[in-house]
Amino acid sequence: MLDAAILGAVLASIVAAATILLLASLGELVAERAGTLNLGVEGMMIVGAAVGYATAYGSGSLILGTIAAVLAGAALSLVFAGLAIWLAANQVASGLATTILGLGIAGLIGSPFVGTRLDAAPALYIPGLSDLPLIGRVVFGQDAFVYLSLILLGVVAYGLARTRTGLVLRAVGESHVAAHALGHPVRKIRTLAVMFGGACAGLAGAQLSLSYTPFWASDMTAGRGWIALALVVFSAWKPMWLLAGAYLFGAVSILQLHVQGFGLGIPSQLLSALPYLATVGALVVISALKRGQGAPASLGVPFVPDR
Amino acid sequence: MAIRLERQETVPPLGLIAAPLLALLFTLVVGAVMFVLLGHDPLRAFTIYFIEPLTDPWTLQELVVKACPLLLIGIGLSFCYRANRWNIGAEGQYVVGALFGSWLALATHGTDAGPWVLPAMLVLACIGGALWGLIPAFLRVRFGCSEILTSLMLVYVAQLGLDYLVRGPWKDPAGFNFPQSVTFDAVAVVPLLMEEGRMHAGILIALVAVAAATFVLGRTLIGYSIELGGSAPRAAAFAGFDERRVTYGVFAVSGALAGLAGIIEVAGPIGQMQPSISPGYGFTAIIAAMLGRLHPVGVLVASFVLALTYIGGEAAQISMRMPFDVTRVFQGTLLISILAADVLVRYRIRRVEGASHA
Repeated sequence: MLDAAILGAVLASIVAAATILLLASLGELVAERAGTLNLGVEGMMIVGAAVGYATAYGSGSLILGTIAAVLAGAALSLVFAGLAIWLAANQVASGLATTILGLGIAGLIGSPFVGTRLDAAPALYIPGLSDLPLIGRVVFGQDAFVYLSLILLGVVAYGLARTRTGLVLRAVGESHVAAHALGHPVRKIRTLAVMFGGACAGLAGAQLSLSYTPFWASDMTAGRGWIALALVVFSAWKPMWLLAGAYLFGAVSILQLHVQGFGLGIPSQLLSALPYLATVGALVVISALKRGQGAPASLGVPFVPDR
Repeated sequence: MAIRLERQETVPPLGLIAAPLLALLFTLVVGAVMFVLLGHDPLRAFTIYFIEPLTDPWTLQELVVKACPLLLIGIGLSFCYRANRWNIGAEGQYVVGALFGSWLALATHGTDAGPWVLPAMLVLACIGGALWGLIPAFLRVRFGCSEILTSLMLVYVAQLGLDYLVRGPWKDPAGFNFPQSVTFDAVAVVPLLMEEGRMHAGILIALVAVAAATFVLGRTLIGYSIELGGSAPRAAAFAGFDERRVTYGVFAVSGALAGLAGIIEVAGPIGQMQPSISPGYGFTAIIAAMLGRLHPVGVLVASFVLALTYIGGEAAQISMRMPFDVTRVFQGTLLISILAADVLVRYRIRRVEGASHA
């Protein structure tokens, strides 16, 4: 029999798993709305996880670790920006290169820390509210990453839809030629959007190594960066849909772990494959329904100003 | 003052060769910086990484062993990338090919099956890899799904399938509970080329693939339709080439070659099924394809360069206690450098006075 405490703990871990995906996909959504498809999310995320862990372990400060992770993600995104935006190289290949390089750098940074542990980021505690059955831990007992991700979601959703900055960014993503003709610095705007994506991926990595699993393991991102990329497609490039997608995938990845624990005789590998199969399934459904509607018109097209 | 890129109408032939060399040079400079940062003498590190493996007959054979899967997969990926289809899931197709081929090796294990087993395994592996590759192709053609994401997701699924089989149904009952299959029989093993060492006949198959791919891509209508479909899809459609057939075709070819690489590795140097059968060949082959400029002969050269980073990485791991991730940094830097060098060849960079905005 499931009691409220166990259910609360399961729901709380779903929120944590979903937050990693939400943070990373939110950053990528901004980059894609500006017209750049950055496949380097996995690399930027794991560099964030490694740098964040190393900094937090060395300094003893989770906040410093998080800041370092954000900066590291943004720094690695500049590799992609340099290639894909300023040298107009193929975006798919540039993103892949960023991921391969990121996995290597993260492994180098993380290798001295294999086998160490950190205290996980502290959870919020509001006397009374956090002790409420079921919803107490889920709503009022999360760590700062969860609340930050929701604030960030609101800022991005509002910023893209209602501010001048958002309008210019979307214009660059829809038609870089028109935006250029209007005098907007297309490549600078795209670079900033890509850096925002890198910072968010780094933040997601920090949550992974400082809160979700507070130790370092090589390849600990395990494809989450790629799932975040799929979520952007799934959301049809609308921030609020990311929330639904991220929580759905967070739920799949946590629930399959618990089903494994029950020992129902289903091979554990099949259950572990569920998040990846669900990603493929979600892409099929969304593509069949929408046929690519909602994608920024200039997505993936390099911009070379002719004068 | 700003920097401007101008596309050149014709690419100078010298540049086509100079770009990869420039990329290699840049990678070595980055490597030197990395070695210094890691606290190693760069000269000694370079010697261990890139020179010593080339002076020892045993490691020279290992170079061939590592280049073989990269070459086979890289040729297949060249078909995809020429057609502008981004198959990045070759690692999964490699695993599924190995699974299909190994099934026969295990099914005939301990029987008096004749020398037909190995050729049949190779064929099965091609079929398995091609089928796995056709899934993202089908999803793209039928539903318009990005083949990039689906092909990659299927890598994880394939690896978990392999893990299930070697820990479950395929586990050697007499293997002290280790997650590995029985050792393949002699008729299910790729023969060695020399008495000593590990160099096997797989490289001969790979060289045949180089010749065949060079012919198909360079001299046939199929190769032309792939090229045109990638660079000018509308023109290809007007010319009557079927875009869907090209998509299916390039994914089937690259899946089959990746599957072939998988079974050759398992039935060759490894000799049995185990949970890990690749140090990331399917991803490194992407770099081999790009470094080789999507030309089979170029991929041949590039595969050996990348194989050297594997061998050097292992050597540096043993003698200098350097993490193996150094190799991944090298490989990532190499891909970045090629992409950048390509631009330097295809575009002329001009400084422009008084440009208002970039």
